[in-house]
Amino acid sequence: MEIFGIPSALLGSQLLIGLINGSFYAILSLGLAIIFGLLNIINFAHGAQYMMGAFIAWLALTKFGINYWVALIATPIIVGAFGVLLERTMLRKLYKLDHLYGLLLTFGIALIIEGIFRDQFGISGQSYDVPELLSGGVNLGFMFLPIYRGWIIVAALTVCFGTWFMIERTKLGAYLRAGTENSQMVQALGINVPLLITFTYGYGVALAAFAGVLAAPVFQVNPLMGSHLIIVVFAVVVIGGMGSIMGSIVTGLGLGLIEGLTKVFYPEASSVIVFVIMVIVLLVRPAGLFGKA
Amino acid sequence: MLDKKLLTVACAAVFATLSAGAQAQYSGNVVKIGVLTDLSGTYSDLAGSGAVLATEMAIADFIAKEKPAFKIEMVSSDHQNKADIAANKAREWFEREGVDTATELVTTSTALAVMKIAKEKDRIALINGAASTPITNEQCNDVSVHYTYDTYALSNGTAKAVTQQGGKTWFFLTADYAFGHALEKDATAVITANGGKVLGSVAHPFPGSDFSSFLLQAQASGAQVIGLANAGADTTNAIKQAAEFGITPKQSLAGLLMFITDVHSLGLKPTQGMYLTTGFYWDRNDETRAWAKRFFDKQKRMPTMVQAGQYSSIYHYLEAVKAAGTDDTMKVMAAMKKAPINDFFAKNGVIRADGRMVHDMYLVQVKKPADSKYPWDYYTIRQTIPADQAFQPLSESRCPLVKK
Amino acid sequence: MRPTTLASQSAVLNPAVLYTVLLVLGLLAPFTLYPTFLMKVLCFALFASAFNLLLGFAGLLSFGHAAFLGSAGYVCGLMVRDLGVTPEVGILAGTVVAGLMGWVFGSLAIRRTGIYFAMITLALAQMVYFLVLQIKATGGEDGLQGVPRGHLFGIVDLSDNMAMYYTVYAVFCLGFFIIYRTIHSPFGQILKAIRENEPRAISLGYDVDKFKLLAFVISAALSGTAGATKTLVFQLASLSDVHWHMSGEVVLMTLLGGLGTILGPAVGGATIVTIQNQLADSVGSWVTVIMGAIFVVCVLLFRRGIVGEIQALLKRAGMQ
Repeated sequence: MEIFGIPSALLGSQLLIGLINGSFYAILSLGLAIIFGLLNIINFAHGAQYMMGAFIAWLALTKFGINYWVALIATPIIVGAFGVLLERTMLRKLYKLDHLYGLLLTFGIALIIEGIFRDQFGISGQSYDVPELLSGGVNLGFMFLPIYRGWIIVAALTVCFGTWFMIERTKLGAYLRAGTENSQMVQALGINVPLLITFTYGYGVALAAFAGVLAAPVFQVNPLMGSHLIIVVFAVVVIGGMGSIMGSIVTGLGLGLIEGLTKVFYPEASSVIVFVIMVIVLLVRPAGLFGKA
Repeated sequence: MLDKKLLTVACAAVFATLSAGAQAQYSGNVVKIGVLTDLSGTYSDLAGSGAVLATEMAIADFIAKEKPAFKIEMVSSDHQNKADIAANKAREWFEREGVDTATELVTTSTALAVMKIAKEKDRIALINGAASTPITNEQCNDVSVHYTYDTYALSNGTAKAVTQQGGKTWFFLTADYAFGHALEKDATAVITANGGKVLGSVAHPFPGSDFSSFLLQAQASGAQVIGLANAGADTTNAIKQAAEFGITPKQSLAGLLMFITDVHSLGLKPTQGMYLTTGFYWDRNDETRAWAKRFFDKQKRMPTMVQAGQYSSIYHYLEAVKAAGTDDTMKVMAAMKKAPINDFFAKNGVIRADGRMVHDMYLVQVKKPADSKYPWDYYTIRQTIPADQAFQPLSESRCPLVKK
Repeated sequence: MRPTTLASQSAVLNPAVLYTVLLVLGLLAPFTLYPTFLMKVLCFALFASAFNLLLGFAGLLSFGHAAFLGSAGYVCGLMVRDLGVTPEVGILAGTVVAGLMGWVFGSLAIRRTGIYFAMITLALAQMVYFLVLQIKATGGEDGLQGVPRGHLFGIVDLSDNMAMYYTVYAVFCLGFFIIYRTIHSPFGQILKAIRENEPRAISLGYDVDKFKLLAFVISAALSGTAGATKTLVFQLASLSDVHWHMSGEVVLMTLLGGLGTILGPAVGGATIVTIQNQLADSVGSWVTVIMGAIFVVCVLLFRRGIVGEIQALLKRAGMQ
């Protein structure tokens, strides 16, 4: 069977791969959206923090023999703690200023992090093997799916919807949302807003690191792996409507799918398609698909 | 670090004497070599500080062995892969600091920019890291030497050998820019000439990170060989993911532009069995091993072909300066083209009219993990590609300097 | 309401004297400093000044200005090299194309402000980057090479470094003058009013979007002028000029020199170019780290930038 001259088996596999890539977009844009929602900062260091996640997992394995599963939990905590440090020492000083300073500061931080890793580990990248438990693959009939790729979707969706649940359905999430709407009021109600902000930034950064660990067995662990991705993720966040939690998840997955299809029908355009969609969306809905005007 | 500082200080002193207007056979009584390379970016592993080290080694060895009557200085700078920074630095070196030759020049855009300035300022450009063929074709000039390798030699060597060994049907993963398409075009010509067939190709965006979509298309084509017409992180990611999706070893991969640093970073598991062409392999014979070991002791990495070529080209340049008895550009160029190159890097290497240095290239196959006995034991040399077959024939050159 | 940026100039330093001194210094500079380097400084100083018109005076952070610098460079290079037009026509063409692109970018982006605006311009510039990478005429990653400097007006041979320098200097002065006039015109005052309080400007009856768009177009066009001139100086245009890192660099220049000051971006541009040039020889791979550190220090401790701090110092001294 063929659809538009493309065998349906190929189409099916491309959609699945699109979904896998969309999972990365979803976690990364979710982290950005959470940070933006409460701090009003576009975290330009997100790509560098994603790279840190992958590198720390690699370091843990090669230098200390710490396995993938431990790294998957520990790395986001370590990088998240680093995020907390950044927030406490630097970002905190900027809240009273124009939001743009936050973007510029994190841009500078991204340069520093990437530069240091590049100097320490070279540019060619490092290999991280797929963990034993998830190696191999299954034949789905229309394609051979490496088990690890399936795991990416499961892990990403679990984390994304877990985060969504936490924000929409728990008390902590309620504080968070309230803090986004009117932080002075929340402060007046006796909630420690600065702590909430610190926690949020740390959590957003941890999400980036989590995506990094997930990515390590799939992509070469390279100091610049984040800087290529981050611009696309920015576009995803803009399309979804900045600060919208569900919007960022759904848009991330959706754009992964669209990008996957582009790779079949017009591969040359697959890196531009996200930006084209962004421009169209902004023309029709300036606040993004899920954003409030 | 310290020697570099000393060198810089020495350079300043030389600069002072230069401005005093010394008019010896050697401008400023010194032969000055500039290493303009990528010290911080994408190519810093395959060229970078290793190329600077290779230059220092070449100068030290030359002084120890030849006891030249002239002084030799070196300066180095990071062009950050930006053509304008490279152009600015080369101009400054030529106009103000009396640099006689700008060397290394990784990435084609910086090499082309510096070649133009060298021509204008009557100085020499020794190109090692850059890969594209326009350097010795449309854009060639008589003050530039393309020394180590080019895309033609690599794609040609690999595609020919793989096709001859039975890899008759091909599918290309091509980085969607001029360079990727050039690789694909050169390889396709060789494949068809050797009775093979190209079933299709897919152009992927540059830089890409996920190649699984494209790999599945290659898989669906049923081709025996998937040709990777890309470089650097694109190539390594594609190889890694091909193994992940079980595409290799059913279909084999051929990297058209790969360096030992790529194999080193991926490890042998995903790369085993791959064919690739290189201008230098450290473990080829006693001579290469001896040199590579000295390099390794300082750099903690084995040299790439670019770094080995950098050493060889600098040494050859200095020999030519000695033979010519001057650092005058055209006289040195004549001496460089006249003398054959014989060292651990090349045997009977010759610099042609188009600036191409032709020497034997080596078709190598990446070892199985079990066959690798010691660190950096990565390749088995399958074939020596003789110099006259390794590079684009002079008769096909589009360089205006080649008289037909 | 008198904006702080203007107030500080009046008291201590007479602008006329200051600008005259600077003008003369610019004329004498190539006799002591390396002309090619100076030309690069001037190109980036103009680029940063043009950028500052948008960020410093209209309060709009564009993260896509590399698109204007780079595209204009390619347009100018192609016209001079392949069509054989004279350099001034090339620069003009680059300026016009960048201005038109600015109009397109601006029309899309000014519908939003703040971070949205930055993200939109970034995405649009990224599209331009991919376009430049793939079009055959640009030479892809090899860059557009071998652009002749040509003869200005068909007469003056620009392959002479001094002739080229004074041409670049004239272009810079003209560009800078346009920016200066724009800022001090009623139009500039309205821009500042929009920056300070947009709803109020709207309630006063100004068509805010129209003013923002015009500012964007002028800024883009002059960035194009800088890019086209730079192509002539180096006789090449390359991908790094359209890469988003370049967009980041110009923000850094502006920030370091002094956001919203008139001379600041030029000072910042000169400083960054000098630092890059010096660091390239001495620290090798640490260039990006140091650039990043400058960013962080500027944002945290030094938000007024070099010129802004000096102005503040002078102002304090003047008051006592």
